[in-house]
Amino acid sequence: MLKADDLNVYYGKIHAIKNVSFEVKNGEIVSLIGANGAGKTTILHTISGLLRSTTGSITFEDKNISHIEPHKLVRHGLSHVPEGRHVFLQMTVLENLEMGAYSMKKVSPSALKRVYELFPRLEERKNQIAGTLSGGEQQMLAMGRAIMCHPKLLMLDEPSMGLSPILVDQIFSIIKDLHSVGTTILLVEQNAGKALAISDRAYVLESGRIVLSGTGKELAESEEIKKAYLGG
Amino acid sequence: MRKCVYVGFIVKNILTIIFRKVTQVTNLIVTLIQGISLGSIYALIALGYTMVYGIAKMLNFAHGDIIMVGAYLIYTSVALAHCSPILGILISVASCALLGIVIEFLAYRLLRRASSLSVLITAIGVSYFLQNIALLVFGSEPKSIPVLFNIPAIQIGNSITITGETMLTLGLTVIIMTALTIFINKTKLGKAMRAVSEDKDAAMLMGINVNRTISITFAIGSIMAAFASLCYGISYTYIKPTTGSMPGIKAFTAAVFGGIGSIPGAMLGGILLGVIEKLSMAYISTQFTDAIVFGVLILVLIIKPTGLLGKQIREKV
Ligand SMILES: Nc1ncnc2c1ncn2[C@@H]1O[C@H](COP(=O)(O)OP(=O)(O)OP(=O)(O)O)[C@@H](O)[C@H]1O
Ligand SMILES: [Mg+2]
Repeated sequence: MLKADDLNVYYGKIHAIKNVSFEVKNGEIVSLIGANGAGKTTILHTISGLLRSTTGSITFEDKNISHIEPHKLVRHGLSHVPEGRHVFLQMTVLENLEMGAYSMKKVSPSALKRVYELFPRLEERKNQIAGTLSGGEQQMLAMGRAIMCHPKLLMLDEPSMGLSPILVDQIFSIIKDLHSVGTTILLVEQNAGKALAISDRAYVLESGRIVLSGTGKELAESEEIKKAYLGG
Repeated sequence: MRKCVYVGFIVKNILTIIFRKVTQVTNLIVTLIQGISLGSIYALIALGYTMVYGIAKMLNFAHGDIIMVGAYLIYTSVALAHCSPILGILISVASCALLGIVIEFLAYRLLRRASSLSVLITAIGVSYFLQNIALLVFGSEPKSIPVLFNIPAIQIGNSITITGETMLTLGLTVIIMTALTIFINKTKLGKAMRAVSEDKDAAMLMGINVNRTISITFAIGSIMAAFASLCYGISYTYIKPTTGSMPGIKAFTAAVFGGIGSIPGAMLGGILLGVIEKLSMAYISTQFTDAIVFGVLILVLIIKPTGLLGKQIREKV
């Protein structure tokens, strides 16, 4: 479904992503894990077109999307929940959700209903200004907003960042729900244990390079991973 | 007999005092109405500053000169080419919208990666460019805008008169501001403009064409400047190449006063500025008016640095 082939991304002179290739197949949950500054966010930004790779290509459903303008990608079925949520803080919850459906002709009532089923809290607070939501609620809003356009592939950048353990579990179970209704998922996480547990496959990133890959189970059991990311 | 004279004297005095008070009150009302009318012109211009600042984080110092261009276009089409006033206004509004888009392209989009100082200086450059074009085409002699509409003044009681120009200005501003508020809050494009103002990357990820939205914002700001030039033109009639500068600076002040980036703030700031200006002209001093106006601005900014309605919301972590 999504194929990244030989990506190299620079911030000025900093070579942040080095010869990265990976693939997400239809119906999978794939994780990118790695320490702070490994380049996970950079990769997602490159897929979304906010950054450009100097080499290689990105294909989505057999179309080369390497040079498509970012705002046109949503229409191809690709949706991105950015790191740090980036909800529109001065707009209401409902308006944020409407922006998620910007690429559609109109806001589909069924999509809205589904978001409210997944996140009942958002329905209670639909007229509240997003800036006044708690961090966890903002994460729910960011995810709800991203699925308003019925994406085929959902990219999540550290959805569990800064959340309490209960909320982390809740977010992960919602990711599984979304996956079970047919959404393919590319997940970036620091919480390697939880991410590997729900992933079909995963890639491990270290200073801009993919150093390991395998099924979620294989990686969760690998000694290297246990030492580096799972605390023993 | 003596008593009668005495009573008569008292009655006369009381009547004089009442009459004085009444004149004072009516003078105050007239001054307030003039202030609101002038202020609503400032508010129209301030909206353009604030919307462009909100979305592009750019202080568009060429904005004031759009008023001047708009006024000359009305003058050219109505006084020189003998178009009907409505057609003249349409030409002015459409051309200003286009000018806004051109300014966005030259002074903002082409300088996307430049420092904000370069953008500011380019905008000032565009401002002088427009003034000099006007000087070249129309000369430095003031031109007079013909009477566009004949609206009779209305008389309330026997001492309050509201001129047709004032009523037109007030009516037009109310309509434009209502329309703008509905547009920003209720329409898809209006909401997209707010989204882009807040977070361009996130807006892009939603599928919003950020460049196009910014360019539309410049166009809308310029359309409001064109309406401001219409109101300005019918009230002050004479225009020259520097006509836009002073109202431009005042309106910029109004936008900062209300909280730059805030749309209700620009409306409030503009109207308050107009009222303060007219009040200080009438009751304090004509010469010190501008000093007083800017003094109030400085005071407000010291007490509340974000302006009257400006706010800062931080992201939760
Ligand atoms: N705007 C930028 N300018 C310069 N360097 C940057 C920029 N953004 C990221 N980098 C650098 O690129 C590298 C990869 O950053 P990236 O944000 O992709 O890491 P990450 O894996 O998402 O980290 P984290 O888990 O902390 O979010 C880091 O070394 C970072 O310092
Ligand atoms: Mg990151």
